[in-house]
Amino acid sequence: MTVRTRALAWCGGLCVLLVAVVLGSAGVGPVAIPPATVAKAVLGALVPSIGYAVERTVRIIVVDVRLPRILLAALVGFALATAGVVMQGFFRNPMADPSIIGISSGAAVGAVASIVFPFVLPFGLQLQGAAFVTSVLTGFGVYLLATRDGRTPTATLLLAGVAVQTFLGAVISFMMLKSGWSLQRVVFWLMGHLSGTTWREVSVVAAVLPPLFVVLLFYASDMNVLLLGEADAHSLGIEVERTKRILLAVSSVVTASAVAVSGVIGFVGLIVPHAMRLLVGPDHRILLPTSALAGASFLVATDTLARSGAAEVPVGIVTAAIGAPFFLYLLRTREVHRL
Amino acid sequence: MSRGEREHAEPLIRATDLSVELGGNAILDGIDLAVDRGTFVGLIGPNGAGKTTLLKTVNGSLTPSRGRVEVDGENVHALSSKATSRLVATVPQNTSLTFDFDVRQTVRMGRTPHRSRLGGWRGGDESAVERALERTRTTEFADRTVSDLSGGERQRVLIARALAQETPLLLLDEPTASLDINHQVRTLELVRELVGEGKTAVAAIHDLNLAAHYCDELLLLSGGRVVATGPPESVLTEAHLEDAFGANAVVARHPVTGSVYVTALPDRSVSAGGESRGRVHVVGGGGTAARHLYLLSAAGYDVSVGALNEGDTDTETARSLGIEAVTVDPFSPVDDEAEASVAERVAAADCVVVADVEVGMGNLANLRAAAGAERLVLVEERPFAERNYAGEAGEEAYRTLRERGVVVSSKDVLAAVSNRLGGRGDGGDGTSRDAGEDGERRNGESTPASDGASVDSPFSR
Repeated sequence: MTVRTRALAWCGGLCVLLVAVVLGSAGVGPVAIPPATVAKAVLGALVPSIGYAVERTVRIIVVDVRLPRILLAALVGFALATAGVVMQGFFRNPMADPSIIGISSGAAVGAVASIVFPFVLPFGLQLQGAAFVTSVLTGFGVYLLATRDGRTPTATLLLAGVAVQTFLGAVISFMMLKSGWSLQRVVFWLMGHLSGTTWREVSVVAAVLPPLFVVLLFYASDMNVLLLGEADAHSLGIEVERTKRILLAVSSVVTASAVAVSGVIGFVGLIVPHAMRLLVGPDHRILLPTSALAGASFLVATDTLARSGAAEVPVGIVTAAIGAPFFLYLLRTREVHRL
Repeated sequence: MSRGEREHAEPLIRATDLSVELGGNAILDGIDLAVDRGTFVGLIGPNGAGKTTLLKTVNGSLTPSRGRVEVDGENVHALSSKATSRLVATVPQNTSLTFDFDVRQTVRMGRTPHRSRLGGWRGGDESAVERALERTRTTEFADRTVSDLSGGERQRVLIARALAQETPLLLLDEPTASLDINHQVRTLELVRELVGEGKTAVAAIHDLNLAAHYCDELLLLSGGRVVATGPPESVLTEAHLEDAFGANAVVARHPVTGSVYVTALPDRSVSAGGESRGRVHVVGGGGTAARHLYLLSAAGYDVSVGALNEGDTDTETARSLGIEAVTVDPFSPVDDEAEASVAERVAAADCVVVADVEVGMGNLANLRAAAGAERLVLVEERPFAERNYAGEAGEEAYRTLRERGVVVSSKDVLAAVSNRLGGRGDGGDGTSRDAGEDGERRNGESTPASDGASVDSPFSR
């Protein structure tokens, strides 16, 4: 079976799974709606001429209340898993995840600052915009700190990321100390959540993500070669430093756009690529799209859990609570140290 | 220098005044290099001589601070990484392959330089991969995971990947390091064959004797400079080796393979605190003395041997160890002149060792001469009667020796000599101590003591 056939087969299966999870999730909530009705409501909204007879309240619950949140969960899961694959391959380290070079801490600084000091942001930026900007700036700053003479050793990048994360953690703690009445919002944001999602956020992320993902897909073969080590990659004709810059920049923006709208949702970028690597192998041409789709399904499912209890729990708590034991299970039963 | 010479008079690699600095230190300093098409060039030299740096500069990974490298007429450092990798393929040191790609996937990555980001996998790519797998005999495990392979198999996969690049030039960084003797030889045989088929290969090789045996030309580097370059016999001279390695080495023709053959000797000044531990004369012949000659010389004794026939195994051994031998013509008996010469050395020696030698009328003179020794060590593996072909005269001569000497088995010779010389050494285990002290310095060469396998390699073919 060629790589293309395998990739298409896996992606086809995972797309079906994603649609099923989305429709199922849209039926879950204070008002339970059967999947068939959900499907009719969605189709009716997409193609009004079909004219399915669906109750107006049901349509509002599905299309205006639940669907934006579910789709944002899918997009965020897609983005985090994508960035996780790239970062693990890039660092040749299975413990790497999108936050490793400080992207998430950077977003948190912007978000917390805009909650605690509600100053007027330029250009009509809101919390999400501020988080996005600080997140990308942080990633760029870490890159500059780790670069010397045009070379960016991954070990240096990793250490610079850890140092900057620690520093930004201090900044965030200080701001929380001064936050007063808004502390609860800060904590809620930091835990990662998807509540209160509107179509506006969904459409922004949906516009940003696909082109970036396509760029990463073009580099999937190069990521395979980079796994051999930088010296080998160079001797096989990869422009190593340029490729690293592109991968780093694109995956940082991907992560930033997810974190800005959802807060810090941990473990998706770590667990999903791992699990998929065990299933489909290390070839990025298959691993990247399958992880992205699996990440989308995973986050939709966990967010459904997060909102289906008596009181809503931030989804970051659910992903960490499910993800960490699963990760430990992998660690004990498989050779996770291998990429 | 091959059949391609007429069409391509230009060398494939030409480097002029090449200098490389890393972190402010000059690693290569004014290297001039010309590698002809269809040749196999070995880079040799001590650790830190700049062998790997030179390879990395030729494949474009490192940028020189001065000078330039041209491969096939193109300045490597002005080309894109992709264009360079269509000219130069590098087989890395067999180290960091710990991922789960299978062999075929790994070899396919060798096609990276020939593919565009949007272009698909073409028939030409597939056939290049299959050829590379076949050529390296890796087809049989093409579907296994690289991390499950043995070191020798992995090495072949890395060579296959480089072959899939379809470049005129192949660089190999220590292709035999960390391989057992069988795989070392097989790897170099493969490279030799590829060169025979028109590739040009440059390999950094640790083992001087393997390099001498397989390479057309050698480039001896030391301290970032070229000490010597040319055919193995002109590069591997005692003077060059002393210069590059600071080693006391003997160069001879290998009796079996005919290649130049280097034996590194322990530095006397190191093993015996600057002085010889004493003079020892050995009576042997037919290979019975070879081992004693080596051990005694390695332990720091001044050794002489004789009388021996020219062409005797012991004579060859003595020559390759740089030991003085009293010789007579092949198949001739030990004449009066030789006997006098032996007696002279026996008189000068602090100890005489008589090996487990067969005695006939031809060499009986040796036993007579040995009787004049101050101290005597007789080696007996077989009773004398079994190896006496000189009748009554032989027995009588040997009886005289036995009355005066100690009788030991072959493995105790060194201890016995050391004992007999009393306070002049410090015990009988001189060799093992010396090997320990010298271990690090000798690292770059192959010494029979520290690296027996590689020295024996030409025999095992």
